Amino acid sequence: MTITSREFDFQAARRKLEAKSKSGGDKLTSLAQAVARVNDGDQIALGGCLFSRTPLALVRALLRRRPRGLAFSRNLMCYEGEWGLVAGAVDKLVTSWLGIGLPWGVSRILREYVESGRVTFEEWSHLGLGLRFRAAAAGLPFLPSLTMLGSDLMGVGGSKTITCPYTGQTLHAVPALFPDVALLHVHRADRRGNCQIDGYPHMDVDIALAAATVLVTAEEIVPEEEIRRQPDRTVIPGFAVDALVHVPYGSYPHECYGRYDADPDHFTEYVDGIREHGAAGVARYLDRYVYGPETHEQYLDLLGSPKLTAARDRARALTT
Amino acid sequence: MSAPGPTVTATELLAVMGARQLADRQTVFTGVGAPMLATALAQRTHAPRLTMVVEGGVVGPQWKPGWLPISTNEMRAAYHAQMLPGITDIFLMAQRGFFDVGFIGGAQIDRHGNLNTSAIGGYERPKVRLPGSGGANDIISLCREVIILTVHEPRRFVEKVDFVTSPGYLSGGDARRQSGLIFGGVSRLVTTLGIFGFEPGTRRMRLDAVHTGVTVDEVRAQTPFDIAITERVITTPPPSEEELRVLRGLDPDRQFLG
Repeated sequence: MTITSREFDFQAARRKLEAKSKSGGDKLTSLAQAVARVNDGDQIALGGCLFSRTPLALVRALLRRRPRGLAFSRNLMCYEGEWGLVAGAVDKLVTSWLGIGLPWGVSRILREYVESGRVTFEEWSHLGLGLRFRAAAAGLPFLPSLTMLGSDLMGVGGSKTITCPYTGQTLHAVPALFPDVALLHVHRADRRGNCQIDGYPHMDVDIALAAATVLVTAEEIVPEEEIRRQPDRTVIPGFAVDALVHVPYGSYPHECYGRYDADPDHFTEYVDGIREHGAAGVARYLDRYVYGPETHEQYLDLLGSPKLTAARDRARALTT
Repeated sequence: MSAPGPTVTATELLAVMGARQLADRQTVFTGVGAPMLATALAQRTHAPRLTMVVEGGVVGPQWKPGWLPISTNEMRAAYHAQMLPGITDIFLMAQRGFFDVGFIGGAQIDRHGNLNTSAIGGYERPKVRLPGSGGANDIISLCREVIILTVHEPRRFVEKVDFVTSPGYLSGGDARRQSGLIFGGVSRLVTTLGIFGFEPGTRRMRLDAVHTGVTVDEVRAQTPFDIAITERVITTPPPSEEELRVLRGLDPDRQFLG
């Protein structure tokens, strides 16, 4: 059993939220100041899914602070999970799957760390983890579901079943996951943190409502009037957001729906480094792309504008 | 059909045989790899009113030839979609009972259709840590029926999986229902050698059909545990030129077809 009571303690989570400022005011800040809100030992939920809308600028800024003892939770975990392990920042991963995708094979870093017992890998089904965030977003300690019943996944985190009080059926009582911090990347927000997302919503809204502290980067900061013109498009209310940073290409080389496509060549370069040097390949990557650049602009310069332009053109072709 | 066409790859064979399992007007929850090729092929041949559903939270996409998705939650998977409801909600639609067929690939599979994509050789300190369930557990637990597509290699077939990531019939008989999974179940397993069902009662893997050029003995030899054999094993017609033409048109660069 690897779930801890503070992950599903809905009363404590509620008290924490009630005590917190839910300001409708300005949330704009810098990446460094936003991630300064993260403490060692925190449970960090990441938005997006696999290589789609991953809050990579926030992850890089967070790792530059050299944090320790973090847990990362994410529906399908991409290489940001491997970064956390090799950086020595993360000792627990909560996910349903870890890798980049079929063309890049099974994660050698996951194998190395799990097979040698150096990380707690808490595996859920995709919906199982989704319901953990949703239960927390609804302020509840669990949500009932049929999923995962009968499988050995039930024993991994320590799931329990309940008997339905109406029908007598056995149901999985999926435990809530109230993260300490949410890291999210969205398409647009106003200064007050009202957020709009295009295309795939993934699990970002539930994560934003579930977490104690919510850090958001946005491709675009728009005037309040623009949000008020289309309030039906707003999916995260400003009062749920603690810090907001304007970061164009904030999930690149992962995709941002309609804005830019992912860069599979970058993934291949990363995996080639691991094939050649193992975990040291990740360490080299972190030196070059995470610890090296002092600002997001320097990071984008490192990748080169032709790649960014091509990624933007592909996204346009895929969504028009 | 005068001259023999180019050699059919394992993925092409799986995609064609998989597509034939689907009917028009069905809702199909499809996984990456061969299942997605099979579903897209069915959509473009005998099942134009089939609705494809994808794990990233996609309803009714019409994928662009040459731009097939690598993951179930990237822009290519959402191409020309009718709705993008989000991941949790797409699975809750499955739990509600909207999806006729769940269509997934396999890693390690056992005689009762249980799948292991988590760990080989113990869970805590495994010999090989695999990527995990993803949505496979949800698809197999929540869709009305599930069809599994896999390459038929002896190493993938085991008497009992090391870890049940995605439950087929568990220990057989009524075990799946007893666990609380009162809906659905694995109806068929399509491999590169043939098509299997699961015997009523015991829920043991049973060979129903072999592909052209494959013998029952060959299937037995490639399967390391005893399988039931149906009374009259049929032989599937080989992939037609039309099926292969449409399939290859979807993936002209052969990124997925091998």
